[in-house]
Amino acid sequence: MSGLFLQCRLPLADFVLDADLTLPAKGVTALFGPSGSGKTTLLRCVAGLARAAGRVDINGECWQDDARRIFLPTHQRPLGYVFQEASLFAHLSVRANLEFGLKRIPAAERKVGWDAAMDLLGIGHLLARGTDTLSGGERQRVAIARALLTSPRLLLMDEPLAALDARRKQEILPYLERLHDELAIPILYVSHSPDEVARLADHLVLLDQGRVTASGPTAELLARLDLPLALDEDAAVLVETQVVGHDDAYHLTRLAFPGGSVTVNRKALAVGARARIKIQARDVSIALTGDNRSSIVNRLPARIRSFGDAAHPAQCLVSLDACGTPLLARITRLSRDQLGLREGMSVVAQIKSVALLA
Amino acid sequence: MALTPDDWSAVWLTLKLASLVTLLLLIVGTPIAWWLARTRSRLRNVIGAVVALPIVLPPTVLGFYLLIVMGPQGPVGQLTESLGLGRLPFTFAGLVVASVFYSLPFVVQPIQNAFMAMGERPLEVAATLRASPWERFVHVALPLARPGFITAAVLGFAHTVGEFGVVLMIGGNIPGKTQVLSVQIYNHVEAIEYAQAHGLAAGLVAFSFVVLLALYTLGGARNTLGTGQ
Repeated sequence: MSGLFLQCRLPLADFVLDADLTLPAKGVTALFGPSGSGKTTLLRCVAGLARAAGRVDINGECWQDDARRIFLPTHQRPLGYVFQEASLFAHLSVRANLEFGLKRIPAAERKVGWDAAMDLLGIGHLLARGTDTLSGGERQRVAIARALLTSPRLLLMDEPLAALDARRKQEILPYLERLHDELAIPILYVSHSPDEVARLADHLVLLDQGRVTASGPTAELLARLDLPLALDEDAAVLVETQVVGHDDAYHLTRLAFPGGSVTVNRKALAVGARARIKIQARDVSIALTGDNRSSIVNRLPARIRSFGDAAHPAQCLVSLDACGTPLLARITRLSRDQLGLREGMSVVAQIKSVALLA
Repeated sequence: MALTPDDWSAVWLTLKLASLVTLLLLIVGTPIAWWLARTRSRLRNVIGAVVALPIVLPPTVLGFYLLIVMGPQGPVGQLTESLGLGRLPFTFAGLVVASVFYSLPFVVQPIQNAFMAMGERPLEVAATLRASPWERFVHVALPLARPGFITAAVLGFAHTVGEFGVVLMIGGNIPGKTQVLSVQIYNHVEAIEYAQAHGLAAGLVAFSFVVLLALYTLGGARNTLGTGQ
């Protein structure tokens, strides 16, 4: 049976972790929620580092089933685990750290090759070094490669970027995106950063006080007004697009999606390539007609689906449907009333800026 | 003030005793330290206190009870006799057993501290890299606790070299068998052979100083190793 089935119930200090999840067998699933919401504990339960009551079933392999008295100890679960701090073994060199897990995997079961892991994470030049000479970003890349070299059937990542500063994060995110694109290993990724989630996650699980408040495709959840994500300063939607052409004269690239298309500054992408874009609610404004002259290039016809609260009482969020593609706009409540916006109205969404993610 | 053959025999005996005891202590002390560092059992404090007893007890008290337990009427004495091993008091083997008890806390505590300082994380990491509990112990816990083992070995060795009260109670003063350095110094002083006593005592002072110097130097090394995280 393909898919990740997790049932975990574990009383913690302030609340009970109680999750019952069915997750896709492929891609990145982000466990998202505020600090202390039980994300890390859930990950530890999947790894067998913490013992919850329930069941863990990974693509047809049973790791835990209380009903059948099955509980595999951590070292018998074919998983990779990347901790928040890199946790390299201080008594071993980089190479020995990488070999620590690899040498315990029978040759026939090695699916991630040494060279592939070195390439994927760009660490080939670090092998002879001691772990204490590495930068934070390098340490975390070595830790990720060390986990990958065990050819895991599930990769668990516990806020792997949390201990890094913004620059190191930017340094390591492209490597994580490559993991996502080039490996067929499902990844459970704990994060409390909406930006990381938007860039990496295909599927999103929202946790609060140990309970799952929502679980679904990332794009779908990000566009919902009833979830705490909408209240975030960086509330945004994701749109999966395809490159349909370049405008050499104006140095633009055109990206199409079911609801229309947008242009962005020219990117070195082949026509036909897939691209994920993020549109922040604060960058979307609403006009009643499409013919008003403005410097904004990206204008999409849309229908108002609903209104929701924003973090500040002066503003509100508008959920828009651009021919099937959900969008979020954050506008002042004053403009909502002055324009007489109502649910079901046809309007024009003006998009001031689009971020290309991958 | 050349050393007499008895002096040399005492030096040799002391080194032999301390080396053997240190080896035994590392073997016995490591599992105790591991258990004390990691257990959540309520017995932890009880066992910890028992191990630490020799730190506060006068050596004569420890020696006295060991003498009784290992003597002809004691349970250990009866056991060794029924096994055909004879009695332990006033033998080298008896000294070894007594010294292991006497120096146990000086070996267990540094190792226990080292195990506790490394925390759970390296072992968890090793488990996610498929290492079995035994492999985690041998390939992660032991190497990471190395500074603790060095401290433990040095302290255990030095403490055994310096013991006097326990030796006197359990081993007596038999040249070549149980007459160790500290007892031999006592003999010289009793006989007012101060020059002979100086020869051995000064040697012991120098030895102790070198050991402690090495320990503090290695202690510095431990700090730099420990910040590798």
